[in-house]
Amino acid sequence: MKESFFRIVALIRKELLAMFKDPKSRIVLVLPPILQCLIFGYAASYDLNNVPYAVLDHDHSAASVELVAKLDGSGIFTRVATLQRTSDIDDFINDTRVLLVVVIDQDFERRLMAGMPAKLQIIADGRNSNTAGTAQSYISTIATDFTTQWREENGQDANDGIRVTTRAWYNPSLETRWYMIPSLIGTITMMMTLMLTAMSVAREREAGTFDQLLVTPFRPSEIMVGKALPSMLVGLSQSTTILLVAQLWFQIPFEGSYFILYLGLVLFLAAAVGIGLFISSLAANMQQAMIYSFVLLMPFMLLSGLTAPIGNMPEILQYLTLINPLRYAISITHQVYLEGAGIRQLLPEMLALVAIAAVTLPFSAWMFRNRLT
Amino acid sequence: MPAPSSRHGSLRRILALVRKESWQVVRDPSSIAVGIVMPMILLVLFGYGLSFDLKNLPVALVMEESSAEASAAVSGFELSDYFQTHPVKTMAEAERLLANKTVSGIVRIPQQFARDVQNGTAEIQVVVNGSDANTARIALGYAQGAVGTWLAREAAQGMVLNSGASIDLQTRLWFNEANDSTYFLVPGLIVLVMTLIGALLTALVIAREWEGGTFEALFVTPARPGEILLGKIVPYFVLGMLGLALSIIGSQVLFGVPLRGSLWILVIVSMLYLLVALGIGLLISSITKNQFVASQITLIITFLPAMMLSGFMFDIRSMPLLIQGITYIFPARYFVSVLQTLFLAGDIWAVILPNAAVLAVMATLLMTASVFATRKKLG
Repeated sequence: MKESFFRIVALIRKELLAMFKDPKSRIVLVLPPILQCLIFGYAASYDLNNVPYAVLDHDHSAASVELVAKLDGSGIFTRVATLQRTSDIDDFINDTRVLLVVVIDQDFERRLMAGMPAKLQIIADGRNSNTAGTAQSYISTIATDFTTQWREENGQDANDGIRVTTRAWYNPSLETRWYMIPSLIGTITMMMTLMLTAMSVAREREAGTFDQLLVTPFRPSEIMVGKALPSMLVGLSQSTTILLVAQLWFQIPFEGSYFILYLGLVLFLAAAVGIGLFISSLAANMQQAMIYSFVLLMPFMLLSGLTAPIGNMPEILQYLTLINPLRYAISITHQVYLEGAGIRQLLPEMLALVAIAAVTLPFSAWMFRNRLT
Repeated sequence: MPAPSSRHGSLRRILALVRKESWQVVRDPSSIAVGIVMPMILLVLFGYGLSFDLKNLPVALVMEESSAEASAAVSGFELSDYFQTHPVKTMAEAERLLANKTVSGIVRIPQQFARDVQNGTAEIQVVVNGSDANTARIALGYAQGAVGTWLAREAAQGMVLNSGASIDLQTRLWFNEANDSTYFLVPGLIVLVMTLIGALLTALVIAREWEGGTFEALFVTPARPGEILLGKIVPYFVLGMLGLALSIIGSQVLFGVPLRGSLWILVIVSMLYLLVALGIGLLISSITKNQFVASQITLIITFLPAMMLSGFMFDIRSMPLLIQGITYIFPARYFVSVLQTLFLAGDIWAVILPNAAVLAVMATLLMTASVFATRKKLG
């Protein structure tokens, strides 16, 4: 038992030396997580704040001018043109000068005065229908504000009919960034650790040193632990870096317990490293290890809930996400980070991660021995 | 014996190199994994898996009053395709369901709703889980819509609740009338496939040759650096075009995504982008000469920008200025602009020409730089 412990420690030391001896690799392990976190923290947002639009005002009334002023003053829409003819709409949308054109009907003010619904038309560029949909919902909010204000100013009965009041838990201003950055803790860490692990065995196999390792007194399970732990350590330090950027730079409030978050991360890394070793045991060389881990990483990322909600996927794919460790990592980080979840609430996710690790790690240890023949 | 500088000899050498490299590609299962398996996986995931169009969002329905007005108001939610309602008795129970993720939102009709409707002060409360901000915002938009539908129906029946001015918002989504998110995901698919084959695979293969010393071995042959690079590029170029063909056919046959522009422009611009990606792959591998480092750098400067900074998923104009500036460095943004326009809008030259020109300049610069980087190592 004691001997086994010392052997594993020696192997871990050797692995860490191999990882950090090359200055280029050192930089690659440290710098990219920070850069990615910063760039994607700013880029990966579905919130819009600079939407170029054009106005086609057939009404030229006080009301229409006021509505346009409200759009301009919203901080979201930037008017780049005021159109005169309907035929101009084509050009501006086609060459992407504007995302949308707001068309105000000729009897806009008259209908408002008469207390009838006034028509406001939006023509939006659907090349990215997600962006167009978001912009449209912003306009709808602005239009509602406008009518409320207009009624008060014009002494109309301020009967609002029915108001819908909304509230969002855990992220009151609905910032995408609050969702994205905690997701990056799992995503970036997974990309690095999976590849690092997949490469570690493949590199030795390519150089022939893996066979040497197999003839030493090491048992396959010890080799497995010696390969897994260093990658997990690197992964943990990367997660910590991103966690620090999230809190210190982006100032996203941390609601939960660090102990629970790190418990979740350790289990996640064990599962990710298990998959990495599994790939490693199948690959004949480093190039294959890299490609296979990448071909696997893509579906892991796309089916994790990072970019599109899992609940929207067809049922078969939803079942597939059950073997995706990243799905659980993102769910755990969100619940701990934003919602302050306790351990009981996270039990299903944690058990799933344990199950993935419990399959992949022993299997790759077994493969180490059996691939030799 | 022909002089080594003759055009005939050069062509023969290139052909021999291409044949050798092609064998290497065909024999390596990982090239097939990237060139054929991965485009198919991505096609299925993008076509069926990723959808921003919410349907059947589970919401808890709390009715604290059982009047005719209250039932009428919630009918908008019950009839909507976007929501799946779960009636619960109390707000506390609804909050418990929201906390444990059984539902994604709560719709609450407060007490005295019917009386408030008469007074014009009625309120419907909607609570969502904001952790997933995007889903939450879409859900809130739908909720407004569901209430609006009910109001419009009441108004049509002459039960006018709202006598004040209002705005009737009508939206037309050009190029994507059906508001189908597969339409804008397909251009993204092509960018990712071309990037992975062009840059990642090439960077790995060449870095591996540098590591193993087989690249230097080629230098002692009469082949010149430009010829060696050409020999390396051709098979991966073919593999990339194969990936493109798979993606286009798949998107047309499986998902019926329209291709409103010309196919030949699509092919030409894709070739330009593929050359850029190949150039980046070659350059990175000859600078790093290490497979792990080369692959990580390639991921960071090609794959991740193609996903996050190209405008296929996130709107570039809403990014901070510094990040917007950064997007101009990466080729993916130009390619995505052309792809979105070609697939959904048509041959709009004002979009195609400038973007294609930038890609052409990038391809020329990168190819020259990689020939230069290879030549320098000879000395």
